[in-house]
Amino acid sequence: MYPAPFEYSAPTTLEEATALLAELGDEGRVLAGGQSLLPMMKMRLATPAHLVDINRIPGLDRIEQVNGHIEIGALVRHADVVASQEISDASPLMASTAPWVADPLVRNRGTVCGSVAHCDPEGDWNSVMLALGAQVVATSHNGERVIPIEDFIVDYFTNSLQPGEMVTAVRIPRADAGTGGKYLKLERKIGDYATVGVATHLRVEGGTITEAGIGLTSVGPHNIKAKEAEAMLVGQAPSPELFAEAARAAALASEPEDDVRGPAEYKRAVVEAYVRRGLEACVSQISEEG
Amino acid sequence: MRVDVTINGESRSVDVEPRTLLVDFIRTHLGLTGTHIGCDTTSCGACTVVMDGNPVKSCTILAVQAHGSELKTVEGLRQNGQLHPIQIAFKEHHGLQCGFCTPGMMLVGATLLERNPDPTEEEIRWEISGNLCRCTGYMNIVKAIKEAGAGSAGDAVGEDLGAAESVAALEDMEEAHT
Repeated sequence: MYPAPFEYSAPTTLEEATALLAELGDEGRVLAGGQSLLPMMKMRLATPAHLVDINRIPGLDRIEQVNGHIEIGALVRHADVVASQEISDASPLMASTAPWVADPLVRNRGTVCGSVAHCDPEGDWNSVMLALGAQVVATSHNGERVIPIEDFIVDYFTNSLQPGEMVTAVRIPRADAGTGGKYLKLERKIGDYATVGVATHLRVEGGTITEAGIGLTSVGPHNIKAKEAEAMLVGQAPSPELFAEAARAAALASEPEDDVRGPAEYKRAVVEAYVRRGLEACVSQISEEG
Repeated sequence: MRVDVTINGESRSVDVEPRTLLVDFIRTHLGLTGTHIGCDTTSCGACTVVMDGNPVKSCTILAVQAHGSELKTVEGLRQNGQLHPIQIAFKEHHGLQCGFCTPGMMLVGATLLERNPDPTEEEIRWEISGNLCRCTGYMNIVKAIKEAGAGSAGDAVGEDLGAAESVAALEDMEEAHT
């Protein structure tokens, strides 16, 4: 299978890339890891007129601490996250997700930011970003714009980037003492999309939950933030009853469909079980710290 | 567009269309057909090559993206006429049946062993989880990678297999299995 013909540019500075994207408008697409874009182009589901390959721009491959946040640059590969000490110290949720993204060979190429921008409801990272309240840094020739992840994800394969903008980083809050995070993914085999994926994040201070984040993968037209379940948790003391109640609320927030990976009812039951288990895992991480 | 690469230690330079896939560049333009095309959808790993030290699926990379990079394919495993330890281990442990997945399996295995010369069975299974063997010969693939790391293929390391010897080795294997 071959993609339809396209023009190709490989700028070596961000300024050059954004100038090109501004000029191209809707015709231009950013190529980073290419592990979703190229298959879509081969299947002719995407036919961009011009690819702007950002792989030759130095500095975009960094994982950095910026004002209490961790910033993950546009060329940070999934494999870099798996290997990163910084991530394993600063985000238990991201660290527990990375080894489950795609397969080891795809992880060597595919990028976190690319997956976030792709907005595939079966992608793992956007559930994590929703649970953590991440911010997306979008850059154009006019400058930088910071978009909360909830506003960034619009719908099925649709983000809120304007023509001429590209994602240059995602920012997540640094997990300090009292936080735990866990990603649970049910997949038929490695490399398959999730049947169900659940990202959970908790902060517990003085025995009370002060932050709760729950993101759901593969159970709706886009990754879902289980807001009602999150709200039930905040201000309460962790308990099995509370977690069971929040898990039921998250299952109700999911919108799964019957498909080859299983019937909707089954997937909803998995959401419920995984939210409960994820929250329990967060609490045990927090108590191990203490 | 001009694409310059170093492949198996040799510099090559070819003009291609931007939409040329790396796997076709390697097979058609460079004439190295040891890299296979299986699913063509980033699932099977038959097209695995090592790009700047990392194994990747060459059906899902454009040749123009490989410009300036260092590539290794299965043809590059053999050095100075001598089989790579992983090739010897695959032969000794019957790590291949139809052979279609073998180039990818060996490249992933060899890259793993460079980083971790003594991986556990579990580590090997994780590492090859992006490569499918539809003969389902995983037991012997895992065994071969493990043995190549442990150096148990030791006696045979450095053995130069000429064509006649390869045939003899094959006949021995057939005999052993009948």
